[in-house]
Amino acid sequence: MARKFMAAAVLLAVGAAQAADLEISVTNLTGNTYFTPLIIAAHPAGSHLFQPGVAAGTAVQAMAEGGDISGLEGVVAGAGGQALSNPAGGLLAPAGSFAVVPLSTTAGNTRLSLAAMLLPTNDGFVGLDSWTIPTTPGTYTVYLNAYDAGTEANTELMNPGAGGTPGVAGIPADPGGKAGTGGSGVVPASPNDHEPNVVHIHPGILGDTNPAGGASDLDSTRHRWLNPVAKLVVTVK
Amino acid sequence: MKTRTRNGALALLAAATLAGCGGGGKSQLEYRVTVTNLTAGQPMSPLLVAATTGGAVWQEGQPASVALEKLAEGGDMSDLAREIAANGGVGGAAGAAPIGPGASETHTFSFRRARGVTLTVASMLVNTNDGFAGITALPISDLAVGESMSRAVVAWDAGTEANSEAAGTIPGPADGGEGFNAARSDAPDAVRIHAGVVSHDDGLASSVLGVQQRFDNPVMRLVVERLR
Repeated sequence: MARKFMAAAVLLAVGAAQAADLEISVTNLTGNTYFTPLIIAAHPAGSHLFQPGVAAGTAVQAMAEGGDISGLEGVVAGAGGQALSNPAGGLLAPAGSFAVVPLSTTAGNTRLSLAAMLLPTNDGFVGLDSWTIPTTPGTYTVYLNAYDAGTEANTELMNPGAGGTPGVAGIPADPGGKAGTGGSGVVPASPNDHEPNVVHIHPGILGDTNPAGGASDLDSTRHRWLNPVAKLVVTVK
Repeated sequence: MKTRTRNGALALLAAATLAGCGGGGKSQLEYRVTVTNLTAGQPMSPLLVAATTGGAVWQEGQPASVALEKLAEGGDMSDLAREIAANGGVGGAAGAAPIGPGASETHTFSFRRARGVTLTVASMLVNTNDGFAGITALPISDLAVGESMSRAVVAWDAGTEANSEAAGTIPGPADGGEGFNAARSDAPDAVRIHAGVVSHDDGLASSVLGVQQRFDNPVMRLVVERLR
């Protein structure tokens, strides 16, 4: 009897390694920074949305500079993965979260990754790279850090709308409406040689206290953050 | 390192929560909790340590309770300790004095075996408006005797008071200003990760804080050992 029960438990565990029913939620842990539409993907080991220490491709650049996840959706599809796109239905506000969403993974999609641009930043994003999805049922919490795509200089200057185009300097929007204007730029827009041109941990926002001038258009009392910037909760059923 | 040992724990919690605790029997669980203040210039208010069964004491993205607001704005944990007890807290311990930068403190406490017991630790970063170090609902009942675990504890912003850093608004030694104030002056009114302090040395002229009060995560190291 006991032996039979154990055999069943082993079979269940093996089954979970092949495919899994997940429930996912994300909370924005910042005070004044918004997340653009998230992409959350289950995919095979060895594939990635991004990799720290590796130069961002065009798909990561488009996400980090302008919040466009269509390129990353293509990356996931190409790897045989499954993408959960825009689960928050738009921006995820500071301290906000979205209703738990289900994701049923298919065999082989054993890793989970996540990305979304942080607004207002030049090319900052919240990220998770290839987290191994647990096979034991339970609820798992992962705290996520802010990355810098390394593709655009952190000028901290607003460039409404236009700044979201890959390769165009500037921050496309501050949904919270707290950014200023008239800054001189924290660093020159070009060349982007004040940072490594690979994905790295974001150094954070400098900002200043002058909404109509100074070096930065951002506010040092509002737009800064410390890691972690998000909480991911994954329930393995 | 300061060491305090209290069997049966914090008086505030003990009376209400240790019903059925005969004391000393083989069914007693005993834990040793050690915290270290990892900041450069943020003394931490007397530590709340509690074993709880009532779930999380705070929730990221949600408004802080008034009891948590009192801890985060003024370093006063007494209401929070009472609330934990009323919600089924099963034992705990509490610090008697602030924990200075770089200092450690150990508490040993025991209680009768209970399923699903979790640990909550909280302490104000006293040179902030409403920042606190803490971890809540950390599962500890799976620890075997002799086992230990450690956690890097981050700083939270209670979201109850704007981070003005202005003179008269910070109760710690950098200012000596106001502690708890029932008005909620921050937006969003929600517990979140603290963004750190800016300080007058970093361009916020109206700040009473200096470079020595700046901090980064983690701000505290927590070690939990099960003794029996």
